Amino acid sequence: MQNAEAAEAGLQSIPALLARNAERFGNRPAYREKEFGIWQSWTWAEAATEIRDLALGFLVLGLNRGDHVAIIGRNRPAHYWAMVAAQMCGAVPVPLYQDAVADEMAYVLDHCGARFVVCGDQEQVDKVLEVGARAPSVQHIVYTDKRGMRKYDHSHMNALADVQAEGRAAGQRLGHELDARIAALGYDDTCVMLYTSGTTGKPKGVVLSNRNIIETGRNTAAFDHLTEREEVLAYLPMAWVGDFIFSVGQAYWAGFTVNCPEGAHTMMTDLREIGPTYFFAPPRVFEGQLTSVMIRMEDASRFKRWLFRHFMEVARRVGPALLDGKPVGGLDRLRYALGNLLVYGPLKNTLGYSRIRVGYTAGEAIGPEIFDFYRSLGINLKQLYGQTEASVFITQQPDGQVRSDTVGVPSPGVELKIAENGEVFYRSPGTFVEYYNNPDSTASTKDAEGWVATGDAGFFEEATGHLRIIDRAKDVGRMADGRMFAPKYVENKLKFYPNILEAVVFGAGRDMCTAFVNIDLTAVGNWAERNNIAYASYQELAGHPQVYATIKEHVEAVNESIAQDPMLSGCQISRFLVLHKELDPDDGEMTRTRKVRRNIIAEKYADLIAALYDGRDTVSTRTEVTYEDGRKGEIRAVLKIEDARTFPTRTMQKVAAE
Amino acid sequence: MTQTTTTPDGRQIGGVLMDLRNITLRFGGVTAIKDISFDIREGEIRAIIGPNGAGKSSMLNVISGFYVPQEGEIWFKGHRRGPMKPYEVARLGIARTFQNIALFDGMSVLDNIMTGRLNMMKAPIWSQALWWGRAEREEVENREQVEKIIDFLEIQNIRKTPVGRLPYGLKKRVELARALAAEPKILLLDEPMAGMNVEEKEDMCRFILDVNDEFGTTIALIEHDMGVVMDLSDRVVVMDYGRKIGDGTPDEVRNNPEVISAYLGVEHA
Repeated sequence: MQNAEAAEAGLQSIPALLARNAERFGNRPAYREKEFGIWQSWTWAEAATEIRDLALGFLVLGLNRGDHVAIIGRNRPAHYWAMVAAQMCGAVPVPLYQDAVADEMAYVLDHCGARFVVCGDQEQVDKVLEVGARAPSVQHIVYTDKRGMRKYDHSHMNALADVQAEGRAAGQRLGHELDARIAALGYDDTCVMLYTSGTTGKPKGVVLSNRNIIETGRNTAAFDHLTEREEVLAYLPMAWVGDFIFSVGQAYWAGFTVNCPEGAHTMMTDLREIGPTYFFAPPRVFEGQLTSVMIRMEDASRFKRWLFRHFMEVARRVGPALLDGKPVGGLDRLRYALGNLLVYGPLKNTLGYSRIRVGYTAGEAIGPEIFDFYRSLGINLKQLYGQTEASVFITQQPDGQVRSDTVGVPSPGVELKIAENGEVFYRSPGTFVEYYNNPDSTASTKDAEGWVATGDAGFFEEATGHLRIIDRAKDVGRMADGRMFAPKYVENKLKFYPNILEAVVFGAGRDMCTAFVNIDLTAVGNWAERNNIAYASYQELAGHPQVYATIKEHVEAVNESIAQDPMLSGCQISRFLVLHKELDPDDGEMTRTRKVRRNIIAEKYADLIAALYDGRDTVSTRTEVTYEDGRKGEIRAVLKIEDARTFPTRTMQKVAAE
Repeated sequence: MTQTTTTPDGRQIGGVLMDLRNITLRFGGVTAIKDISFDIREGEIRAIIGPNGAGKSSMLNVISGFYVPQEGEIWFKGHRRGPMKPYEVARLGIARTFQNIALFDGMSVLDNIMTGRLNMMKAPIWSQALWWGRAEREEVENREQVEKIIDFLEIQNIRKTPVGRLPYGLKKRVELARALAAEPKILLLDEPMAGMNVEEKEDMCRFILDVNDEFGTTIALIEHDMGVVMDLSDRVVVMDYGRKIGDGTPDEVRNNPEVISAYLGVEHA
């Protein structure tokens, strides 16, 4: 019914929403960007003009309907404008990850056949030029930042501001053509194409229609009562579906303000200055902030430490209940109010969370302590579960029903079912149209009735109807004796310790489980400093006997907690080693969104895995590493292998998945 | 003064900006510089190299006017230059960075860079004390320039950090920023890469080239890292024991037998 409303109102595309916003919220800020130390802002009316000029400029350069326009750069208003301007011309915007190396870029540019590429700066232009003949479709480069670009051959290159100026000049000549193209945009035309990072194989281009984006934007804006008064900080990669939904889909539907930080390094300062009301961050951002708060508290004076500990204890007890609107005694309310005055308020202000109304985290499991920490401060942090193919939202947690171990109830308009093997399937208005030029993959992911396999195994909690996710369905395996093996479940438990940045658990088809552990240099480095432990390199710190002892404690604590769960108790870790280098996307060990690529790691470190299983105490190894500039190097190391205690299975009532 | 050449990468190099003629500098009985002549042309990157104790830093101090040579003449923009006070040098459009960082540790990065624009602030002291009228206007204008430099050198994230808390490589960058804030005609860099790791060096190289390219600033630099010198500079002066033993393009210098024996070939075996 509401769908029909949106369609009838002619709001069938992002440019149509832009026109509505320019009319309805004309004087409200649409975009802000910090430049030269000052927040510059554009109202919806101004943004509409900027975008129109750019679209006209694209027409001058000969952008055709159906062309693909790649956009590579950090979050800047001009890049969002480029996406909408491309849509106005009937072309398809394709945002790419700006930290991708030229090889990855070559594949994507060639696969989508991009004719136009919008680059953020010289670095991105250089990469596109380097790709050269491997993406023969590229005909024109437009760049945002003019710095260092003067010497380049400009026969197929323009600065974005110049394209806008040309467009402005051509306004009368091409205005009708542009209006006609905007009017022709349909509800089922492609809105955007996003490449999934893919834990296996080549990236796939996910085609999302205007219907997908607008309906998802509308449903979820209603779910969390988002209005034109929200402030968001756009700092996550533009190539990621979440940024497109938050900074374009929901922002254009609700008409709220998108704030772009000065650069990746200034994100934390900018966050504090903006004080967003609606905020999304992957768990590692929250983890990082909590770690830095705790490290700074360690260095505080004794009185401050006492104050912090005392009131955080109050918050832990009272905060979440207050947030969920449960009854709380008068004295506790008073204590919490005092704590708010002395600790929580200033702390939230420092973190930039003073004004948060709705905060989300997703992508990975978040540690219960971390989650509770933020909630106890009175920050309405919730979890959602989603993926690119669903235009993000599959499930999310309603206000007042928030827990760290579930991912919530189905989002509005989403249907869910659980298959025999535990895999979660969904069907929703946001479900993608297809994988670009890849009918086989489309067919194997989305069935004729529109059900899409998430690839994740999970179950509904009977009491609450909330979804719980255990692991990737294909990673859930069996051990040699037939017990269930769910690596990510164990890895997440390990990663909840601040000292552990990353863990990879092995054990499918084996008789015991083993693990690689990556230490967190910030946390462990600080600990080393406080304990006068000298180290010269990451490798040396990782191999330090005391570090090993600490990690061993963590592993054994995790084993003990896993032993409580009869279904998964086989996943206890018998042996582990601490890796001599951080797992890195540049080495292909993780995806750009920092998910471990199990197969690649298993292959690359086959010697280490063999050593974990053949009972040796040490293993010497060489590892190839790729530096940021693409050069290769080699690290040699002798790694110690440590045994960990395992615990007998607790024979409690069966509580786990069905 | 009229000849102009274009480098292979398309930069314009103009006429002679500074001409040093028969410079001799003595400290008591020690002769640091012996009868050296060379020129610096507008828009070029000019390197001075040589082994330790060759007199490079002294040469840079002569150019900056800090040392006054006993013999020889310095011509700048077609005028002969006499002995000068440091602020007079700065007003002429000569700015420098130091081998050992010379920043105000307790002040923020922003304030440090603002000091580079002191010469542009003309408001009387009472106006500055009250921050009213001319002082306010000047402060805003100058802050704008400084912000452009901050953006240029990509140090937005440390704008408000006290300099004392920064790592070495960043301090060097802040020092460059302060020198740039003075909008110099000629920028003197005393070992801009000393003590840096590879990545910091690469960054610094890029910034030096960008400064030269974007603002057209003439750059004279002393550097030990031969790779850096050969990649960056248009022309190189080679010094050894206070004498000039070579002068020319990096290729010419590299193939000069005297240079090879003095410096490149038998470097402190």
